Amino acid sequence: MLKLTCPNCGVTGEETEFHPGGEAHLKRFGPGSSDDEFRDYLFQRVNPRGVHFERWRHQYGCGKWFHAARCTQTLEVFGTYTAQTSEIPQNIIDAIKSRRPDWEPEA
Amino acid sequence: MSDPVTGLKGAHFTGDISVTDAGLIGMISIRGDFNAPAFRNAVAAVTGHAVPETRAISGDATGGLAWMSPDELLYFCSYAEAPSKADALSDQLTGTHHMVAVISDARAVFRLSGAGVRDVLAKGAPVDLDPARMGAGEIRRTRLGQVAVAFWFAERDVVELVCFRSVAGFVMDWFEVTAHAGSEVGFHG
Repeated sequence: MLKLTCPNCGVTGEETEFHPGGEAHLKRFGPGSSDDEFRDYLFQRVNPRGVHFERWRHQYGCGKWFHAARCTQTLEVFGTYTAQTSEIPQNIIDAIKSRRPDWEPEA
Repeated sequence: MSDPVTGLKGAHFTGDISVTDAGLIGMISIRGDFNAPAFRNAVAAVTGHAVPETRAISGDATGGLAWMSPDELLYFCSYAEAPSKADALSDQLTGTHHMVAVISDARAVFRLSGAGVRDVLAKGAPVDLDPARMGAGEIRRTRLGQVAVAFWFAERDVVELVCFRSVAGFVMDWFEVTAHAGSEVGFHG
């Protein structure tokens, strides 16, 4: 079971209380971008086995979006953090590195 | 004007716990910036309650103010009073980013009582209902079965629960199944 802590209301709930929103930290390519950029933005995902950054919504709770860093192999959650950021917070990076020393954030 | 009725029309059920339509209750959804002094002052002046801390509720369904999300409050008052209270809030909040809506007829309120109330809720809500983790003064928004609800302890062994009016019948049916006489669990003492 996946247990997440919503940083907006502080509730720790299991995954049925939340709704997944796909990969986090995507750069949007909209009007004015090339077809290739738009295709990659819509469809191309790295989808590594291991550390993922995801968007989640606390849909049965406070209704707010947040970001989560977790491992898709072990379901270990490294941390959750605000959705109002485009950077991965340092404390999340540190938490992942303490558990996955080989892991490096993508440039 | 037609007479207001609740979504449950006074339904009552007694099994392991007693489940009752709490009747007509005035509810106002208030949204705004909790950190703005103008918002805090207006809410306190009209409702008589300070803006609650995260996940806190002051008072109960007969008169109270609940934290619903980082930018949303739910105010409980008498049914008749709700429109005038909402007008007063709108007046006080003019010029401040906000939303005030009377939702008395869009929600249903249940009153659950009985020693097994924690066990019954635990059958459908993914919440740690240990008395040390979930006590008086806290409102928990979650799901019950597959519908969104919010509940809090008004007293020991007495829970007030609010849900959308459209699912009130389902929630009542759900309690009739999960709390039927003889289905007690006895986990939460």
